[in-house]
Amino acid sequence: MRYLLPLGAFIVLVIFLGIGLKLDPKEVPSPLIGKPAPQFSLPQLHAPEQNFSPEQMKGKVWLLNVWASWCVSCREEHIHLSEFARTGIVEVVGLNYKDEPEDAKKWLSLLGNPYLLSISDKEGKAGLDWGVYGVPETFVIDKKGVIRHKQTGPVNPEILQNVILPLVQTLNGEAS
Amino acid sequence: MKLAMILLVLFSCSLHAEIKIYDFKDPALEQRYQGLTEELRCLVCQNQNIADSHAELAEDLRGKVYELLNKGETDAQIVEYMTNRYGDFVLYRPPLKSKTLILWLAPILTVLLGAFGFWAVLRKRDKPQEHLSDTERQRIEELLKRKSE
Repeated sequence: MRYLLPLGAFIVLVIFLGIGLKLDPKEVPSPLIGKPAPQFSLPQLHAPEQNFSPEQMKGKVWLLNVWASWCVSCREEHIHLSEFARTGIVEVVGLNYKDEPEDAKKWLSLLGNPYLLSISDKEGKAGLDWGVYGVPETFVIDKKGVIRHKQTGPVNPEILQNVILPLVQTLNGEAS
Repeated sequence: MKLAMILLVLFSCSLHAEIKIYDFKDPALEQRYQGLTEELRCLVCQNQNIADSHAELAEDLRGKVYELLNKGETDAQIVEYMTNRYGDFVLYRPPLKSKTLILWLAPILTVLLGAFGFWAVLRKRDKPQEHLSDTERQRIEELLKRKSE
């Protein structure tokens, strides 16, 4: 009986520490969810004379994938993202974050280009507005131009199938 | 040998990564810059503020703070700029809201709980032992009587 209280306290502590172990401190909830996507106008990677702005995607559900040739995890997710993009269910725009356009183009020609187009954000200004802090990051934007989901870190088949795909399908059903 | 030493000293200095120093015309602005960058958390190395961090993101955020300060924005506006993009997590001192209530109250609650436990232990110790049998009580009285005689 006299050990019951310390034992109880110990068990509670262990449960809390256990939960703490499962949490990922790197995953910071984005305040941008449910807000209009921040606007920018930046040159396209493969056509620098043409600018791209998120406004152009209005009326469509689309993904913005933040990537860079120097980013190791981007290589890791590339195959899964490419496979997903190939299904044609949603258009993926790449935001080439703090990268040299030459390196970025080489990276794409080597590994394949899953993007509708990529945007060159050499100084990371758009990245800052989008709250990017850990490349790769993937945003889901609805037809009205509102950010509905953000994935920090590489996407994998489970996330794509269980989170992104159902969300895209629901959003596709919404009126623009 | 001497040359080698000099070279070593020079070389080791150049190894230190440097934090870009911004020039301020107004010392008050510089002070605010210091204050703000110490209060903002770097999201890449989460236990450092952006004043101390060498991460590239911290560098960008320092640049942004500098830019916004020179634009004449207030501290509150700059903090709002950061939280709009990165959330309350970017602040070392999160605001008191329903979501962060436990964060602010937990230390006080823990101290109160400890104080209560301490008090409970002390009270238990002071309490006279009351589970004496009648024969024991009789014996005590006998002993006390004998002593006073």
